Amino acid sequence: MSEQVLDGPLGVLAELTHACPLSCSYCSNPLELTKRSAELSTDEWRRVLDEAAVLGVLQSHFSGGEPLLRRDLVDLVGHASGLGMYTNLVTSAIGLSRPRAEALRDAGLDHVQVSIQADEPVLSDRLAGISSFEKKIEAARLVKELGWPLTLNVVLHRQNIDRIAAILDWVEELEADRVELANTQYYGWALRNREALLPSREQLEHAETVSRAARERLRGRTDVIYVIPDYYSRYPKPCMGGWGSRQLVVGPEGNAWPCLSAHELPLPRANVREHDLPWIWRSSPLFSAFRGTDWMPDPCRSCDRREVDLGGCRCQAFQLTGDMNRTDPVCVLSPDRYLVDEAVAAANDPAAAPAAGSTREPVLVPMPEVAVRPHRAD
Amino acid sequence: MTDTVPRTGRPALARFVKTRYDKARERQVLLGPETVVTLNPTGADILALCDGQRTVGDIVDELGRRYDRVVDDEVIAFLERLASRRWVVITDE
Ligand code: SF4
Ligand code: SF4
Repeated sequence: MSEQVLDGPLGVLAELTHACPLSCSYCSNPLELTKRSAELSTDEWRRVLDEAAVLGVLQSHFSGGEPLLRRDLVDLVGHASGLGMYTNLVTSAIGLSRPRAEALRDAGLDHVQVSIQADEPVLSDRLAGISSFEKKIEAARLVKELGWPLTLNVVLHRQNIDRIAAILDWVEELEADRVELANTQYYGWALRNREALLPSREQLEHAETVSRAARERLRGRTDVIYVIPDYYSRYPKPCMGGWGSRQLVVGPEGNAWPCLSAHELPLPRANVREHDLPWIWRSSPLFSAFRGTDWMPDPCRSCDRREVDLGGCRCQAFQLTGDMNRTDPVCVLSPDRYLVDEAVAAANDPAAAPAAGSTREPVLVPMPEVAVRPHRAD
Repeated sequence: MTDTVPRTGRPALARFVKTRYDKARERQVLLGPETVVTLNPTGADILALCDGQRTVGDIVDELGRRYDRVVDDEVIAFLERLASRRWVVITDE
């Protein structure tokens, strides 16, 4: 057994739609959303999956927006499964009815990942922008009942991080097989809401202690994965195994990307309606832009860690400095680190945006209306 | 010492992982939600025998015959690693 690096992309993330019944203020959707009428058709998605298989893709992740809003989801899962891929559904679970879930299981869906916002309805529903908590819990139970392994994704931030113990109680109660407690990454909407979302150092220390204890307690039952926010790290996170090296994302309108956030970068688009996936992967300027280490500026160029973190995140560099070629400002060696330090200082200032439960309401800018909002409660 | 891989235990692949042949890279792989593990030929042979019926002892005997050498440690170490990631479930009653 070895976990050596394989050539070619291993996974494709199919963002079937930008439409979503929720409107989370840390959403990683692009600021400009694809209209439903511009989405790839079923046949186009099938072709994309076929081409991905030719490239050697072994896993397909169906996400969005909310992938359950695509009526052909069962079809597409069945297609990927027929190609021998490991199929994963990333969902808010709103709209996961029993018949739908059974159809997905019959189509060969291997795994379900449910995102939850908090441990109780009021906060959960405020964060998600609609009333959704009970539906999520119900759906998570259904996932287990139908025999799928259940992964819960919790995006942590200033508003919910203090509730981590109670969130983990839900994880235990639902008998989740895995839980990913990931601190918000500050791109897109989350960056606009950063002041209200970035936790303080004290909050983080508490969360780390609690999740470490839970990891021990749940050992053998639930894998507890905790991801710290990189603003509090010395070095940036490596970019998904490298730009254009392990994963690819295909958006609703057929734009292919090396990563989820790259649509913000000033790079030429590559669309599956115009080119096939193998060409996009191997030859497009977009996928070649930051492959390897040749593109690097100093201090990365001469740094010992350049093969470890690959100069960090291009999207973060662009969003914080306006120049996608610079060293990720999270890095302590970056000349731009002060940009991150300022945000961290603000988050630790007692006068900063208060945590949830305090009397002063924090400012959260929710995602704008996308397209269909079938379950809108208000 | 806790014996995580008893010879009488019957290993099976966990529900949420699967193995397949990866044509593009010409190897057998183990696939899970967040993982792709490439298997060497011995690993692939061991997993192919993990059907929930055969015991660890059976697998050791079978592969020992096939390869004409002692494989006890190899099989047990391999299953231990996979069991610790919960990719293989070993029942022993
Ligand atoms: S460029 Fe940034 S957002 Fe994109 S995959 Fe790399 S680390 Fe992630
Ligand atoms: S200078 Fe560049 S390569 Fe070195 S640690 Fe910082 S981001 Fe990584």
